[in-house]
Amino acid sequence: MDDHLLLVIIGLLLVPLISLYSMVIIPAMFGLEIGVRRLYVKILVHIFEWGKQRIALASKQSGEEIVTSNGTVVTAQELIQRDKPNNVTEGFAGDSNNSIEKLKHSFELSDICYFARTGVESIIDDEVTKRFDAEELPSWNLLTRTNQNYQFLSIRLTVLWSLGFIIRYCILLPFRVTLTIIGILWCMVVYSIIGYLPAGKLKRTIYWHISLMTQRILGRCLSAVVNYHNREYRAEGGGICVANHTSPIDTVILGGDNCYAMIGQEQGGFFGMMQRAFSRAESHIWFDRAEMKDRKAVSMRMKSHAEDPLKLPILIFPEGTCINNTSVMMFKKGCFEINATIYPVAIKYDPRFGDAFWNSSKFSLLEYLILMFTSWALVCDVWYLPPMTKKDDESAVEFANRVKSAIAKQGGLLDLVWDGQLKRQQVKSTFKEKQQADYSKLLKAE
Amino acid sequence: MGSRSSLLLRDEEIEEIRRTTGFSHNQIIRLYHRFNSLDKSNNGFLSREDFLRIPELAINPLGDRIIHAFFGETHDSTLNFKQYVKVLATFRPVKDGSDNRLNSREEKLKFAFKMYDVDHNDKISREELLLVLQMMVGANISEEQLGCIADRTIQEADNDNDGLISFEEFQKAMERTDVEQKMSIRFLH
Repeated sequence: MDDHLLLVIIGLLLVPLISLYSMVIIPAMFGLEIGVRRLYVKILVHIFEWGKQRIALASKQSGEEIVTSNGTVVTAQELIQRDKPNNVTEGFAGDSNNSIEKLKHSFELSDICYFARTGVESIIDDEVTKRFDAEELPSWNLLTRTNQNYQFLSIRLTVLWSLGFIIRYCILLPFRVTLTIIGILWCMVVYSIIGYLPAGKLKRTIYWHISLMTQRILGRCLSAVVNYHNREYRAEGGGICVANHTSPIDTVILGGDNCYAMIGQEQGGFFGMMQRAFSRAESHIWFDRAEMKDRKAVSMRMKSHAEDPLKLPILIFPEGTCINNTSVMMFKKGCFEINATIYPVAIKYDPRFGDAFWNSSKFSLLEYLILMFTSWALVCDVWYLPPMTKKDDESAVEFANRVKSAIAKQGGLLDLVWDGQLKRQQVKSTFKEKQQADYSKLLKAE
Repeated sequence: MGSRSSLLLRDEEIEEIRRTTGFSHNQIIRLYHRFNSLDKSNNGFLSREDFLRIPELAINPLGDRIIHAFFGETHDSTLNFKQYVKVLATFRPVKDGSDNRLNSREEKLKFAFKMYDVDHNDKISREELLLVLQMMVGANISEEQLGCIADRTIQEADNDNDGLISFEEFQKAMERTDVEQKMSIRFLH
């Protein structure tokens, strides 16, 4: 009798859970939206707005200068105003627009001032290092990840934050984690089954649909609300899709709307298992460690893949590292050398709902995923740009820069020449030599 | 998460820094955030390596000299927040009626002088000038040429004919330079 009652209770508890999961998974599979997530995001915006006003009020009371006259909170503002000359000549010319001939002078002790000022300016505020840190927000989003100076401003805000904490950790986190596990299991099983199908049109079509389904389910695990723009420019077979890179989640976001061939290094363990499942289902490009170093081999395999219009477009993040979604950094020229059609994509996350940037020097992948699972949502815009091809008189580097500028412009991101690898490596001395050469040209011979 | 402990700056400290440097409360808070993000080891001090990690500074031909001018006064290998802000205060614009000494013309010149004064003896010798010149031009101008430049520069500035440039002579040589403008950074409020 007791057993029976227990079973009934468990059954009753399971019914809403199962229906909840199916309500999320089934529409996800077919790319449908009920509108729950968009409503949820709307409500969040209202709550943040209220919080912002409370902060403004609280900081006025405590007499701090956080709020400017127009009511916006200014911590995200730049610290200093810099003229950003492109080179030493422009820096010396200042506002005068003098030509290099006019600027030519004998060395003066005061020449040092220019280098001193620009150097100290870069200490206070530089273009590069802040791209590798979490972006600062103009208002607090009730997560502690950014703007840590906004705590304990008022009791009501603290209560709100605690409520948010409970929702994020006790409801969203377990729900999203189980959903992710379901999603990954589904993908492993289904991809393995597809692997047994004979190669051909049927296999490709099935893979296409299954892949979309899988990525959409994974997207729901993060409450992803994605707006895809200009879908007519989606990448097609025989091309390469390049995008700016913020996080490993980029692939899930893009994969929810189109299928791509992945390219990367062969991994061991769990990721290796996933890779093998992927490869059985479709042709992806995995390199072993030694091959990866051989640039020629890499570009040969990319080329042969890209030349086959029946194969999926390759997805590449030419920055080679995650940037905090405020800028686009140097594109590695590799994929721009092989004369394939390039389909540029700009991805811009809305930082208010959670910072999508993976700061890999600070968080491991698991820590990062937990941060994502406990963020409010993942709201982002994806713009497909018209396909681009290399012009005859253009070098691979110039072409890469042209694509980068287009992406930066569309995504509202800053277009930087710096190499994202500076996150881990020292800057190349050629940049310094360039400045020395430029300065030398300003000096008269004696 | 993570570095919450390093984010504590007491109100009294802010007030003290505000009085000595002339930076506003808000500026100090933001400078402190910057200080913490440069402080990769999270110990409340900046080392030379922390500075060199800024690519724009690392490619500055005189990046090493700038770092030297920062650390010059402390005589050790680390810089705390107060020392850091104090040096930065040198670059505040000079405004009429502001009674702050840290950003005076003299302090700005002292910073520039320190960049030339490699061995901290308060004199610029021909060797020191040559060294700094080499850093500025790299391999683009011959050593011989640079030697001529150094000789001429010292000769022009050296009033007491000791072959060295003292700080007073340096000040005199820079008399006609708009140091207030050239050594000022536009800090936002």
